[in-house]
Amino acid sequence: MDAAARDFAERVRDAAGRKHALRLRGGGTKDFYGGPLAGEALDVRVCAGIVDYEPTELVITARCGTPLAELEAALAQHQQMLAFEPPHFGAGATLGGCIAAGLSGPRRASAGAVRDFVLGVRILDGRGRDLAFGGQVMKNVAGYDLSRLIAGSLGTLGLILEASLKVLPRPAAELTLKLEMPEERAIETLNRWAGQPLPISASAWHDGDLAVRLSGAASAVHAAAENLDGERVDEAQAARFWSALREQTDSFFDGDAPLWRLSVRSHAPRIELPGAQLIEWGGALRWLRTRADAATVRAAASRAGGHATLFRGGDRSAGVFAPLPPESARLHRELKAAFDPAGILNPARLYPDF
Amino acid sequence: MGEALPLENIDARIDAARQRDVARALRAFLPERCVLWREEETRPFECDGLTAYRRVPMVVALPETEEQVQRILKTCHAMEVPVVPRGAGTGLSGGALPPGDGVLLAMAKFMRVVRVDPLARVAVVQPGVRNAAISDVVAPFGLYYAPDPSSQIACSIGGNVAENSGGVHCLKYGLTVHNVLRVRGYTMAGEPVDFGAEALDAPGYDLLALMIGSEGLLAVATEITVKLLPKAQVARVVMASFDDVEKAGDAAAAIIAAGIIPAGLEMMDGAATHAVEQFVHAGYDLEAAAILLCESDGTAEEVEEEIARMERVLERAGATRMSVSRNEAERLKYWSGRKAAFPAVGRISPDYYCMDGTIPKKRLGEMLNFIASLEKKYGLRCPNVFHAGDGNLHPLILFDANDADQLHRTEEFAAEVLEKCIEVGGTITGEHGVGVEKINQMCTQFRPDELATFRAVKRVFDAKGLLNPGKAVPTLHRCAEYGRMHVRRSSPDRSALPHPELPRF
Repeated sequence: MDAAARDFAERVRDAAGRKHALRLRGGGTKDFYGGPLAGEALDVRVCAGIVDYEPTELVITARCGTPLAELEAALAQHQQMLAFEPPHFGAGATLGGCIAAGLSGPRRASAGAVRDFVLGVRILDGRGRDLAFGGQVMKNVAGYDLSRLIAGSLGTLGLILEASLKVLPRPAAELTLKLEMPEERAIETLNRWAGQPLPISASAWHDGDLAVRLSGAASAVHAAAENLDGERVDEAQAARFWSALREQTDSFFDGDAPLWRLSVRSHAPRIELPGAQLIEWGGALRWLRTRADAATVRAAASRAGGHATLFRGGDRSAGVFAPLPPESARLHRELKAAFDPAGILNPARLYPDF
Repeated sequence: MGEALPLENIDARIDAARQRDVARALRAFLPERCVLWREEETRPFECDGLTAYRRVPMVVALPETEEQVQRILKTCHAMEVPVVPRGAGTGLSGGALPPGDGVLLAMAKFMRVVRVDPLARVAVVQPGVRNAAISDVVAPFGLYYAPDPSSQIACSIGGNVAENSGGVHCLKYGLTVHNVLRVRGYTMAGEPVDFGAEALDAPGYDLLALMIGSEGLLAVATEITVKLLPKAQVARVVMASFDDVEKAGDAAAAIIAAGIIPAGLEMMDGAATHAVEQFVHAGYDLEAAAILLCESDGTAEEVEEEIARMERVLERAGATRMSVSRNEAERLKYWSGRKAAFPAVGRISPDYYCMDGTIPKKRLGEMLNFIASLEKKYGLRCPNVFHAGDGNLHPLILFDANDADQLHRTEEFAAEVLEKCIEVGGTITGEHGVGVEKINQMCTQFRPDELATFRAVKRVFDAKGLLNPGKAVPTLHRCAEYGRMHVRRSSPDRSALPHPELPRF
């Protein structure tokens, strides 16, 4: 690890001296996501392995290049999991990429996002300085919470060397129900259910079909299933369904129509745009396959209290993430400059101007 | 004992000319009732919950509107006047210690619940709204706000955001950072900022996470959107006795290993149990070396199933006695002692010093043995209360501040405990914040480059370094000067905390 870290640090310092961009890269499974790829690739996979995992601490610490699959297998051996269900988007997904991309899966609305589970990181900043923030304990308020800031920063603030994540036990029981429901009623129903003590851990609506996953103590799951009155889905089929959603291998994601991700108020009414829609996270996440122009999609997301990201495909020249208001844009540029004064780490991956 | 104070110029005289200029500048747009500068009016603001540190503010501003907050900040920014934001003043690390040469920005008048949206399960509130008041307001919808710091009847949500407050239920339901969706406010320059969203995420860097727990150094919050959760139908607690503290610690680990995330998992050692039993008469087992409180919440079926599993695990882990609350009154009785641990300890000792380290749970036995050895070394008692689920320790060193030698021994004792927390892979503060209290230990926990990064982040938000200066992040100079930690207690005629009636953790 320390040899790899020293080697990376040298490359970062060298790149900073020459003002040559570096493209931090793990398995490359999320190359499609965010702004254009620029600079010389720095493959972090030589820095891999689980450093510390104590199931009773509910914490795992691993190096950036550790395959996500290996990490999840180690947790599964102790009936534990990454509760934010990160999408892999390919066999090579790594822990570093998972944190840098900041993407969470179906369980996000009930369990939390990547950033909610990040307890600490060790990074190399744009000067090649080896820095540790946060730690391996669940409660820690010493210093600014820079480890959560790193989550979702797409490698623009630093190279993640190592990260500590909070993990959770796998639920004792899990059951999926299917119900037929028009879109507006599904949105309303999901919000109403979320306000009741029901063990709902995931939801998905598409084309008149609503799927709801219940997770928790067996008694709670079965009592809720009685209440919600849907059709029970076979266990293996349910597992395939949620995995296809998480990994975007479901047929909804096929084809080349641009895929937009709208993160909105959970009870926002149906997004009135042409194209197919799929709803997750109890109504708070709307996937759209639409050829509507960016301004139109972003305006619709704004009206729904949120923002839109051009997730896959489409015209990416004007940036894929929602533009920031002026003061926020200034804070972003200056934070970037504080961590990476030479501007060499994944430039333009998040926003075109840094 | 003036030399024991770690803060420079703590008793510095207020510059009368400067005071007049600043008060006049604020009075230009604020009504008379909103600007205090006479000592009899500003004295009540001289400290927060950490009464060892006191300083009379030069000027207190009590704005009533967002526009006033913005103008205060712009005015102070232009005049280069330091500003310290303050919520309810219940903080335990001196984060709201006033500036002797600046403005204390008291947000107490921001008391309005702006909007409750029961279907979306969010409440939009002003920063001065009390933590517990949010849950009260949304109770008719079967909802509540989860983080429950034990000062929740008095502390404000703005302060919770500043400190990233936790509570006994945070193992299962998270800290403030997990339960706040959006914070609007102003930077020191008076620029409006909006972090997070009513959606589950916002574009760009996670500035919301950066803002939460930043101890009022980055921006002043004026409106906060919190997430609400459905209230559990039932909650019950198992109280288990152990004849050995390490066994109790292992039992807590065994609960987690069994795949259970209790709604609360708390431990008190024998000394703490004795102190609180005299105070609350909860019926604690006085024979026990440690008591574990383990709570389950959810539907009736779920709780019954989980309580049975907890009992099996605790029994196998060597519990010598166990009882389960049969009703809500009994549950609250079991918790009453744990919640009153600080005031209870305050009654058996003239003074006490509360620490707030977090350690990996597996190092608990080692830590408790270490503390026991320090009790002998320094000749001082130190009961322990402990958030067993997340490794957050609150050792309470008992001493008498009138005895200079005891005070000195307490300082040494506390410094050794905090350094041990760092050594075993933990942190100097789990939930009370750094404030002014632990600023020297920041020099031990973080390396110079890391502290430099914190300072660089601060400059991005506050280039002139005017917002809550001298807190949370030490200067290079300060770290160079740091020798030992100094702790000064309140004078003996004052109680240990300004709100002795509040339950504390």
